[in-house]
Amino acid sequence: MSKLNLITKGLVKENPTFVLLLGMCPTLATTTSAINGMSMGLATMFVLILSNMAISAIARFIPDKVRIPAYIVVIATFVTLLQFLMQAFVPTVYDTLGLFIPLIVVNCIILGRAEAFANKNGVIDSALDGIGIGLGFTIALTLLGMVREILGNLSVFGWKFCQADGVLAFVLAPGAFIALAYLIVVFKKLTEKK
Amino acid sequence: MVLCLLTICFVCSALLAGVNVLTRGPIEKGRVAKVEKAVAAVLPPCNIVSERQEIEVDGVHYGYYAARQDADFVGCAIESSTIGFGGVLSLMVGIAADGSISGTQVLSHSETPGLGAKCTDPAFSSQFKGWDSSVKKLEVRSKGGDVDAITASTITSRAYTLAVANAVRAFRDINAVLNGDSVEEQNEITEGGQTNE
Amino acid sequence: MDYIFIIISAIFVNNIVLSQFLGICPFLGVSSKLNTAVGMSGAVCFVITLATIVTFLLNKILVLCNIQFLQTIVFILVIAALVQMVEIVLKKISPSLYQALGIFLPLITTNCAVLGVAINVVTKEFSFAGGQPHLFNLGEATVYALATALGYGLAMILFAGLREQLELNEVPKAFKGVPIALLTAGVLAMAFMGFSGMV
Repeated sequence: MSKLNLITKGLVKENPTFVLLLGMCPTLATTTSAINGMSMGLATMFVLILSNMAISAIARFIPDKVRIPAYIVVIATFVTLLQFLMQAFVPTVYDTLGLFIPLIVVNCIILGRAEAFANKNGVIDSALDGIGIGLGFTIALTLLGMVREILGNLSVFGWKFCQADGVLAFVLAPGAFIALAYLIVVFKKLTEKK
Repeated sequence: MVLCLLTICFVCSALLAGVNVLTRGPIEKGRVAKVEKAVAAVLPPCNIVSERQEIEVDGVHYGYYAARQDADFVGCAIESSTIGFGGVLSLMVGIAADGSISGTQVLSHSETPGLGAKCTDPAFSSQFKGWDSSVKKLEVRSKGGDVDAITASTITSRAYTLAVANAVRAFRDINAVLNGDSVEEQNEITEGGQTNE
Repeated sequence: MDYIFIIISAIFVNNIVLSQFLGICPFLGVSSKLNTAVGMSGAVCFVITLATIVTFLLNKILVLCNIQFLQTIVFILVIAALVQMVEIVLKKISPSLYQALGIFLPLITTNCAVLGVAINVVTKEFSFAGGQPHLFNLGEATVYALATALGYGLAMILFAGLREQLELNEVPKAFKGVPIALLTAGVLAMAFMGFSGMV
């Protein structure tokens, strides 16, 4: 498998949101606008790349029985690291995403990649895998955020293209479920043809 | 096996402790800067702002910062919290010496993005600037007041209005305290205060 | 009186699944059959309440020692250990209950509802019936955790019931599986929005 392939497979074939349906909680909760979705995606990508690299480096030394707790500790460390950095340098983003930053620990994507990829592959390959899957997740979240922002608030990335009020339900909880359902259907249809 | 887990835990905690020490400074600085910015934004023009003080009104504690232009008391910024739609909504409310509102700013909120979160927009919050509560009533229009509520976010609008009204009420007591034992209090404030240019 | 507000708010108004988006993975994953949904809700109820009490007390120690930066790590390890312990104890004292809940227990560690409630309880200020915002004490935290878990069960069981009916309907091919489940969840969330503003 070529290095480029490692990155691109996360975008389409193994897209964590549209195909694998992992990490649904942050996907639905933080995508009230395109910018929020993107911040969440990037935050998750940060943890995913670092934890993938760390786990691929130390996997050899960890006995099989305590594998999962060890991985969880490593992931939780990077998440806490991210919490501090965000609080210090982008406090507004940290306030918006709130609870969902510490909850990256239990995002199935990260533990899933550690189990399925990082503990069998080298550090560089694992980093690339993290970038690929992370980008796939970020793009999916940004797209979903964009759709909800356009329909619910008539704006894109905070730029309001029409002064009227949108369909408010799309910013609220029900809209998250409905928008994601239609995005998955569209994604299915598009990839089917290829 | 146990040794391995212990080593990982130890290394991780050490790493976090290090980063914690490194980032504590910036985090604290950011928090203080945010409050200072809010205080400066809501107060009328002044050159001395006191340290944070506390007052109890009807069993509730309010933090406030008194502002002076040289020796004249020009107003104060009062922290006021209520419950909005999603949780605590906390405001900094600036009140001029004559009792009119000089500005309001949201310190923290957990309102719904796109709905209640619009309370941070100037489109909503600027209506309180220059508000004289002896002429206009601090209550949303649907309750017979003069505040224009945010579309589809009546609960947030009412919570915001209530926080402002509470601050106005607290201001009367603060005013009495500041003017009551003026000489001593004044010195104390000016000494402890910091210039805000 | 406060307790009643906490309960109503946690079950209906701020339903953990349908308005806070926590614990969506098992909500979509194990809700295709009614009886598995009941089993999962039972297990989650148990773990959320227990985990919240333990992490609430542990947090007091963390604050005392001024090592709150370990919060996330400590909480997730406690939850993982707790789930293991519940599994072992249940196996010993009530094999029948273990049979019913057994397969769902390991899944709960990565259920973000558990960690979400544990963190919420120690960091977020709540206030009910116009009182002053304050952090929960142990009693309120326990009631909040239990009510949240009941809300989780309610959403889960309602949703499973709907999905069982859905099986019998003809659905466009592209919508089969998760998309139609998400649409159903959307409609259910809309119904729960009717409760908003009640407390």
